[in-house]
Formats: sequence, structure tokens, C-alpha cells
Amino acid sequence: MSKPLLEVQNLQTHFHTEQGIVRAVNGVSFDVPAGSVLGIVGESGCGKSVTALSILRLVAPPGRIVGGQVLLHTDGTRRDLLALEPAEMDHVRGVDISMIFQDPMTSLNPVLSIGYQLAEPLRVHRGMSSTAARDHAAALLDRVGIPGARRRLGAFPHEFSGGMRQRVMIAMALACGPRLLLADEPTTALDVTIQSQILDLLLELKDEFGTAILIITHDLGVIAEIADRVAVMYAGMIVESAPVAAIFAAPQHPYTRALLASIPRLGHWPDRLITIEGAPPSLADDIVGCPFAPRCPYRIARCVAERPPLIELAPGHAGACWVAQAGGLDDG
Amino acid sequence: MARYILARIIGLLGVLLAVSAITFVLMHAVPGGPFDAQALEHQQAIPQAIKRQLNAKFGLDRPLWEQYLVFLRNAVRLDFGYSFSSSGRTVVQMLRDQWPYSIQLGLLTLAFSTVVGIGLGILAAIKPNSWLDYGGTLVSIFCLVMPSFVFAVLLQFIFAVRLGWVPTGGWNSPRQWVLPVLANSLGPILILQRFTRASMADVMRANYVRTARAKGIGERRVMLVHVFKNALTPIVTVGGPIAAGLITGSFFVETIFRIPGIGSYFVTSIQQRDYPMIMATTLAWTAIISLTFLITDLLYALADPRVTYLREQ
Amino acid sequence: MGEPLLVTDRLTKVFALRHGLLARRVRLVAVDRVSLTIDAGETLGLVGESGCGKSTLGLTIMRLYEPSGGQIRFAGHDLAGLDARGLRDARRQMQMIFQDPLASLDPRLTVGQIVAEPLDIHAIGTPAERATAARRLLERVGLAAHSADRFPNEFSGGQQQRIGIARALALQPRLLICDEAVSALDVSVQAQILNLLRDLQAEFGLAFLFISHNIAVTALMSRRIGVMYLGQLVEVGPSQAIVEAPRHPYTQALLGAVPAPDPARRRRRHAVQGDVPSPIERPSGCPFHPRCPLAQAICAVEEPQLRPVARDHQVACHFA
Repeated sequence: MSKPLLEVQNLQTHFHTEQGIVRAVNGVSFDVPAGSVLGIVGESGCGKSVTALSILRLVAPPGRIVGGQVLLHTDGTRRDLLALEPAEMDHVRGVDISMIFQDPMTSLNPVLSIGYQLAEPLRVHRGMSSTAARDHAAALLDRVGIPGARRRLGAFPHEFSGGMRQRVMIAMALACGPRLLLADEPTTALDVTIQSQILDLLLELKDEFGTAILIITHDLGVIAEIADRVAVMYAGMIVESAPVAAIFAAPQHPYTRALLASIPRLGHWPDRLITIEGAPPSLADDIVGCPFAPRCPYRIARCVAERPPLIELAPGHAGACWVAQAGGLDDG
Repeated sequence: MARYILARIIGLLGVLLAVSAITFVLMHAVPGGPFDAQALEHQQAIPQAIKRQLNAKFGLDRPLWEQYLVFLRNAVRLDFGYSFSSSGRTVVQMLRDQWPYSIQLGLLTLAFSTVVGIGLGILAAIKPNSWLDYGGTLVSIFCLVMPSFVFAVLLQFIFAVRLGWVPTGGWNSPRQWVLPVLANSLGPILILQRFTRASMADVMRANYVRTARAKGIGERRVMLVHVFKNALTPIVTVGGPIAAGLITGSFFVETIFRIPGIGSYFVTSIQQRDYPMIMATTLAWTAIISLTFLITDLLYALADPRVTYLREQ
Repeated sequence: MGEPLLVTDRLTKVFALRHGLLARRVRLVAVDRVSLTIDAGETLGLVGESGCGKSTLGLTIMRLYEPSGGQIRFAGHDLAGLDARGLRDARRQMQMIFQDPLASLDPRLTVGQIVAEPLDIHAIGTPAERATAARRLLERVGLAAHSADRFPNEFSGGQQQRIGIARALALQPRLLICDEAVSALDVSVQAQILNLLRDLQAEFGLAFLFISHNIAVTALMSRRIGVMYLGQLVEVGPSQAIVEAPRHPYTQALLGAVPAPDPARRRRRHAVQGDVPSPIERPSGCPFHPRCPLAQAICAVEEPQLRPVARDHQVACHFA
């Protein structure tokens, strides 16, 4: 079996704040196979965005990556991104791995034309001339569905709507044909009809260029729509990882189950929504045992004392739960 | 846009009118007339009869409103009259002869302090809390606490008198430019360094800077292209009045280095109650600063495509 | 049944702006002749995307914006005709909670002061009674009574929203307008707040106008739903009917675009084309016609009116 495109092993990213050390990413491991879509889902503060930023080493101080490996397998080579020099890392960004962000309003430079911003990675990484880069940029804009692409190269971001800006961001990220696209909540700030257009676009481009996608979101609907595999994050750790069908049909972690139970779904009319009592733990504290234990209806003594490792419970389906590992999640 | 510029220029004329009236009134409200002050300098009272004659000659015995109207009538033809303190020369002649020196000094100072001030600010922002940052702050504090005239004399003493590297004054050869420009740059460097650093630090937190980094274009490009261009607005805002102040001359620097600029007139004309000169210098300053504001506003529109000067209610 | 609690009749809100290089005057019709009713104790949901005018409609009903046309009748009284005193009395019965919980709480006041503030303004009871009432309200919404002595920024987003709800309940209103009240909250917290709102509705007989861009949430909370597009109400009817058998093409597109948390039901990949248009550039005739798969010539010319297609279900479309 060939190596996955990206292997993240025991990634740890800490923030040194006045309140202490916040362990935003606390030992996260996952793989992204080439050409597939991995969705990382979790609520705010679970560390999913920081994970993506850590892959590209874009975490701003006071955050620092303090441990782990991020292995990129391309063309028979293997590189640990965390061990690269800054200049080498710049050759990875935009070329092998690109990223798009949540808020298209503020994620594009307001004083530079979109033609300039699109052409920039082409000129820097591919050494293209201005004219060649412009031509390529126009073609990219066209491909992502911006009408009148060539005319609009000289336009500025504020002249576009949110959905259009996100398309520009996608075009910019894919300009140099990266193998992996990191998408941090790419549709959260968009209207739902525009969201579906953008998700469609991502899937089309993925099929056309064979780009793998790591999508970060809190929206389980988006996950169901686009992901091949899902990793559920809680308190800086992955608590469950499985193919998308399995996560929804047979979740093996109490948090995943609670999350699925608490979202309103069209066509379902419960009298009351099931809620999860309490709140996520503060990441500044040392978490002993399972981070979800205080809120977990299945909690046993071992959960409080010892942190459960993420181990395989069924083929391709891993969960970090003592009760699940003992098979006790579906009793009673 | 043309309509906007036109509106601003009309506004400028209105401002000039208002300033001229206010200055005129204040000027005459200050006790003492031009001939009393001169008399003080000479430590000899001018006989009353002669004083009356002089006053009549310059129209100073007319009612105030009449004097003002006469002034206005002449001013629109750019005739500000003869200076009371300099015999035989009109104000306009004096300004015309001497302003170029001030402008030269001012522009050189502007160029130098822009490069140094903005440069230090950028370096400080790129490497916060490093020696570059602290060094830049140190330079700024120096500029803040050191009075420009003390610095000027110090420079003169060390480099001109002791070391003899440059002449002590005058304005004919480029070697004479060095010390005055240095001395004049203190204030501007301070302001530009602080503002540049703060503005860049602010912009560096923006989401689009993160996007730029994610494109792998290199940290230098991120700073110079993406960050700096967005950081320009506050720098331009503060640079305008600095430029305006510089090209109207500097009292201390010009005096100490014997540069025949107009800086001294701003101060001495008031002491000497030289009314024509007071009016002329005040209005010149007003016009320059208003034009500077207009230019900086237009520069905003150039630097930031979101600025378009339309009104929304 | 009696008379509905709230009736709007062709309610309109227009903003006058200057737009573009030539600063030409344009009229932004944010709310366009919207007529709806809310009965006492029921929830009407209002959905739509950005620029559809749903939030503006809520603010106009509260007369936080002055209506440009049409009528608002609350508990039988015409709100437009009220003077300042009458408006203040009417406002006691209509309250609002907002999307950003922290932004709507004064950071300099304690939570207790915030919740008691409506009572202060209307001079109800003695200060001691108001403080007690505030503590009781805080407990009712699930916060400890001693929270009254703390400041808003010491609480989480969900808790801050509870504070906002407590404040809204202080005057015992009959209508609560929830403007994207749970949109900024995490999923698990959202569920808690929605349950709370339903409990409060049952206990106090509150009516809700539930404004949201999230249809699933709105459908769950509301007995009836109105769908807005470019300031107009394009469909209104019982939640179940709207969700399971939408009649207006826009409603169908909207529902079709919602990603279902069920990979077995991945929607067909053709989303409605085009951007959500700006209210400054309204298409002629039916506002949806440029993007509508059913559009014919008449749609560009004649604006469709709301007409009944089933009991209590109306649609504004020539072909629905």
C-alpha cells in the first residue's frame, strides 16, 4: 500500500499565554491519502484550525509547535515539514500545500488587485513573466466561475461578493497545482446557496486536479457532503476517526454521538434537542484522563484516571474511548 | 473626483478668508505697533510726530475694517505691501528671494527623514522586541528629548568647529547641507518611526497577511508588498503636516546655520509687529497646509482603492 | 383564537443612499410590502440569505427603524400612530435578543444591573424588588443567582445569550424577536439555548419571531415559516409543509442547498446559479427571476403576489 500524501504524527502546538500554557493541539495524529478529502470536525476551541495552521507552520506567536512530525510524501521523497528551514518551507507553501481561510472579506489584500494577488504565486514559484502569469490568472478565474475573468483582473477585492472572493481565494490557492488544499471553514461565512456552489466547486477541482483536501469545519452537514474520512476533535485531541458513512451510522465515541444528536435536522421534529451538559475543558489546564469524561454519560472510573489512546475499533475506524474499546458503548 | 477637488479648492479659499480676518484682528489686538517695537530695539523713543507720520503713511490710522478691506484688495493681487522692518523691500520680494532656501532645506530634510524614519519603523516592525526595535525606539526617544537647537549647535560644534569636516553655515555647497538637514530631521524622524512601526504592527495582524504567507511568497515580500502598502495610510496622514511644516522653514536651524530662509520671519514678524509680513506668512502657511491635506487625501485614494470620496447618508 | 398578536400590513422600509462614482441617489428597498401575522404564543420563523431584509424587518417591527410605509398592529393597536409614551408602553410587550451576545451587553454594568435595567427604565417596583427579580430571572434561564454580581465578559457565549434572554424577559413581554439568536453559538450550546427558549415559551405563553439564516433550526423552532428574498416574502406556511413540500423555486433552492448531516443523502450537484443580488440592484418583476429555473417572460415584467396554494400556505410565484 502506498504512503499517504500527508502523515501527521503526534502533533503538539502550545500557546504560551499569561494564563499559562494552552495546549491547543495536544498529540494529534492522522493521515491524508492522496486525492481524498479528510474532514476535521469539532466545536470552537477544539484546536482544529490550529492543527491546519501548524501543518503549514503559520501559527503566530505566542503559539509554537512543540512536538510531533508532519510528513509530506511527494514524488517518492519524504519530508518532515516541521524540520525544514524557513526558506524551504516557503517552497512548500503554495506549491505542495495551499490554504484557504474562513473569512473571504478579510483574507484578501484590499489594496492589491486580484490579478496581482493571483499572479503572485505564479511569478514567485514558477518564475513566470508578468504577461504569462496574467494569462494564467485569467484562466484560473474562469475555471472557478468568475464571469468576465480577464476584465476583472484589475478589480479589487471589495468589488466582489463574499462567494466570489472565496472563488478567487480557491483560484489563488490552486494556482501552482498543489497536492493538498487546507480549507479552514471555507463556507462558514457564506450564505447557504453560495456555500453549496463553493462545495461543488471544491469537489470538481479535486476530481480534475487530483488535489487532496483537508477541510476544517464545525458543520456536520458540510462533512457529510464532501468528506471521505472524518476526524472528530475535542479539547485538542482526536477522539474518533472513521470513514464518513461510519461516523454518521455508527459513531464510536460519546462526544460524536452527542454532537450528532444535538443538531437540528430538516425533516426531524423532536420535542427537545438532546444537549451536552457542561462546557469543554480549559486547554490551559493539565487534562488528566479523557477530556470528555466530565460531561460523558458513559463515564467509568478509568476514564477519569487515564487518557484513552486512539486505537482501531473496526477496520479503518478508530476511537479514543475506554468504554467503546471494551465494546460497552452499545449496551443498554 | 474633479468635482471633489474643485470643492476642496473653493473651501480652501474660504479658509484663507477666515484666517486672514482672524489674524488681522488678533494682530491689531496685540498691544503695541510696529514703530513702538523698533523704538524699543533702538532704546530710543521715536518722537510722537514722526510716529504719527509713519502711521499715516502706512495707513495705520484708518479704522480697522477699512485697513482690512484695503488689505484684501491688495492681497488678491498678491501685493502684501512693504515690510515694516526691512526698508524698501516688499513682503512678496522678501519671500520670493528667500523661500527657495527654506524649500530646499525642507525637501532635503523630508527625503532624509522619510528614508530613515520609515526605514527604522519597518525594521522595528519586522523584528519586534529585537535590537532593531529597541534601537529604533532609542533613536526616537533621543529625537524627542533633544531640542533641535541644542542638537544643531552640538553638531556645529563637533563637526564644523572641532573636526572641521564641514563649514559652519551657509547654503551654497552640498557640504553645507549635511548638518542643517540632520538637525532639522529630529522631529520628523521621531514621528515617522513611531507611526510606521505602529501601523505596520497593526496591519501584520490582518488575515490577508496570513493568506500571503500561506502562498509561500517569502517573508520579505509579505512585509514590503502586502503589509507596507496597507500601512501607508496613517503614515501619509502624519507625513502631510510634517511636509508642510518643513517647507515653511525652521527658525532655529536656519538661524544657527545662517541659512537665508523664511523660517525666522514667522517669529520675528510678530515680535516686530511687522503687519504685512505677519499676514503674508500666516496666509502662506495656511495655504500650504490646506493644499497638503488635499494632496494627502488624494494620496489615500491612490494607495487604497476602497477610498472613493462619495457621500452616503 | 382571537385576533393575532402582531399583524403587519404591507410593511415597507426604504433607505436612501448615494451610491457609485457619480454619487447618484438610490433607493434601497430593504423590506418590500411584507404582510404577516403572529398569533399569541406561537412562533413564526423568518428565513433568507444576506440582504433579504429579515433583520431589517425585525427592527422595523420594533420601530427601531421607522417604517417607510404600511402598518404594524400589535395587540390591536396601530404602532405607527403611537406617541413616545404609547410607544414605550408597547415596547414593554415586545423585546428583542440579538446575534452577538457580548456586543449587546453593556460591559460596564454587572449582569444584575443589565437584567434589571428594563425595570429601572419603566420604574417598576423598588430597587430591592428589581434586584430580586433580576436574580430570579437569571436562575430561570439557567444561571446561578450570584452571577448578578459579575460582568458580562466573565461568561461564555452561551451564558451571555442567556443573560440577554433574562433581560428580554424582565418586562414580561408577549412577543420576543430573536434575531439570529443562536447563529454565533457552538452546536452543543445552541441546543441548550433552543431548548431554553421553547421552555420559556411554554411557561410564559410567549410569541416568537424567529429570524435566522439556518433553516433547520428555524423549522424546529417555528410553527410557521416565512421565506424572504430581496425584501419580499416569497412563501409563508406551516413549517412541515415548507420543509417537506416547498412550492416557491427559491425555497426549493434554499432547502436543496442545505447540506444534510447524512452522507447517504448527498444532494445532487447542481446548486442554484448566480450570486445573491444586492438590494440596490433589484431585478424587475419577480426578484428571483434571473436565477429561477422556471422563469418565463412574464416573470421579468410582472411581480407575483402572495396567493394561497393550500390551507394557511401562500406563495408568490406565477408558476408555483
